[in-house]
Amino acid sequence: MPTLVSHPDEVKIVTSRFGLGAAEIDRYIELGGYQSARQAIEKGPEWIIAEMKASNLRGRGGAGFPTGMKWSFVPKQSEKPKYILVNGDESEPGTCKDHLIFLHDPHSVIEGAIIAGLAVGAKTGFIYLRGEYRYLLTIMEKAIADAYAKGFLGKGIFGSSFDFDIISQTGAGAYEVGEESALMESLEGKRGIPRIRPPFPAVVGLYGGPTVINNAETIATVPHILRMGGEAYAKVGSERNGGTRLFCLSGHVERTGVYELPMGYNLKKMIYEVAGGIRGGRKLKAVVPGGSSTPVLLPEEIDIGMDFDQVGKAGSMLGSGGVVVLDETVCMVEFALRTIKFYQHESCGWCIPCREGTDWLKKTLTRFHAGAGEARDIDNIRYLAENMLGRTFCPLGDAAAMPTIAFVKKFRQEFEDHLDGRPCPYAKQEELVGA
Amino acid sequence: MSLTNVAVNPKAGETIFSPELAARFDKLVTLYPLRRSALIPMLLYAQDEIGYLSDAAIAEIAQRLEITVLDVRNVLTYYSMLRTRPVGKFNVQVCTNISCMLRGGQELFEHCEKKLGIGHRQTTPDGLFSLEEVECIGACSWAPAAQVNYDFHENLTPETMDAILEQYRKAGQ
Repeated sequence: MPTLVSHPDEVKIVTSRFGLGAAEIDRYIELGGYQSARQAIEKGPEWIIAEMKASNLRGRGGAGFPTGMKWSFVPKQSEKPKYILVNGDESEPGTCKDHLIFLHDPHSVIEGAIIAGLAVGAKTGFIYLRGEYRYLLTIMEKAIADAYAKGFLGKGIFGSSFDFDIISQTGAGAYEVGEESALMESLEGKRGIPRIRPPFPAVVGLYGGPTVINNAETIATVPHILRMGGEAYAKVGSERNGGTRLFCLSGHVERTGVYELPMGYNLKKMIYEVAGGIRGGRKLKAVVPGGSSTPVLLPEEIDIGMDFDQVGKAGSMLGSGGVVVLDETVCMVEFALRTIKFYQHESCGWCIPCREGTDWLKKTLTRFHAGAGEARDIDNIRYLAENMLGRTFCPLGDAAAMPTIAFVKKFRQEFEDHLDGRPCPYAKQEELVGA
Repeated sequence: MSLTNVAVNPKAGETIFSPELAARFDKLVTLYPLRRSALIPMLLYAQDEIGYLSDAAIAEIAQRLEITVLDVRNVLTYYSMLRTRPVGKFNVQVCTNISCMLRGGQELFEHCEKKLGIGHRQTTPDGLFSLEEVECIGACSWAPAAQVNYDFHENLTPETMDAILEQYRKAGQ
């Protein structure tokens, strides 16, 4: 069982029921659960969307798109049924927050999906978890069955005239399926390859119907926003970045764990105070601020507020909230190689710049790390990555290219140090065979 | 391997799965707006029951969903958790992605290789264990982590890994 952590600076909203047995429906109700759904039925779609817009909640999957605005894009009238799709395909390396939400507070996801359904006029919601989260699907399925038994799902929910059904399932191992259009393909029983946009899912989505796709954390936040009021929620965070965020601290910090902190919380403070600083009193070397696809930050770049705008201004991205901390012992070439190996493995192969680019980057970095690199390889790595940017249907190509460019740019010296003919002590020569 | 429905064509009403799973499949195919949507869950549940996706399992799933065997194979080869060959009773999946790598995931994987005497995607001669180096499994803050079948194990060291493997060994005998 993943361990829960706590720090006085935390503002527990989404995590407020963690560790309190809220996976049981009666306990969830006792803790104020399903009040927001009742309120949403009473007050109607316009009120819900107004509160969501006022909350400044931005998508927690990584793109940071304002949730209220996303919901308002769904056409009111539609010939085809509309759908809510909860993206719990949490797969961005460094990210493990939805894991805890499904484990400790599955009903918040159900309640959020109901509210999203009421807001846009959808009668069916899907909760899609990554394949590895089978034990969490079992928890989710029980929660859904319990909600049906209470009349919170199904026909005439909460005694109203609204119907809402939820279907939950897992994937079967594919990072790419976390991308919204590939997720819809997977849910339709196909390979997870991206769709071309426009049309956007809000207009033509799942089964051709208008579809709202939100990250599980985003959806789990919704009932709390209605309970607190959109404005009050917005005030917890920073400008244009409402509320809190679940930050997953991993790597070389003393106290790894998932902490719920206000948007805009200082990254340096997060590492040195909340997570207890660098393990063993070592020196900080680098921070990957929002999951493996976000450009690395140097120690002198981390005195910033953790919200979508401030991290963007610092040249990286807030991403999925996975803060990976690296101490001085890490070989950055090896780290870059491990990162690109992941993207090479996960590229679906649909777009050539991504398929070929990730493969050549992996080959070059493998050779380089093994001590067989040449000086021109350094620029070639950057050249390859830069030519992947913006040339693919989905952001996986960018997700592989952006961190690679940053590794080369910010740690060029370390790449050059690999040119002395001696392989890095961590290198595995045999990787050349499989590359 | 059969690429058409002809080679392993199950007769209507017959199933290679347990009555419980067959009943579950009957329900699954009606659950979604589109019958085919049940494909990935069905493949997973079939694999859970028989250990891998045999030609017969693929053929029956294709028939139940009214799609071709080729359609099913086209999808199943995309997903890393789906397999067409048997694995050991306990599939040990060690994460070596960045967060785990920083906390000894690679060393943990190598330790398992030595301990079990097998490499990536290999199975012990007694059929008890398989080993796999996997990508991020969503346990980054509790790294290094591994999954044995669907069970998560977090904050691992070579010593705790040994104890876990021993428990499975006992359970499997």
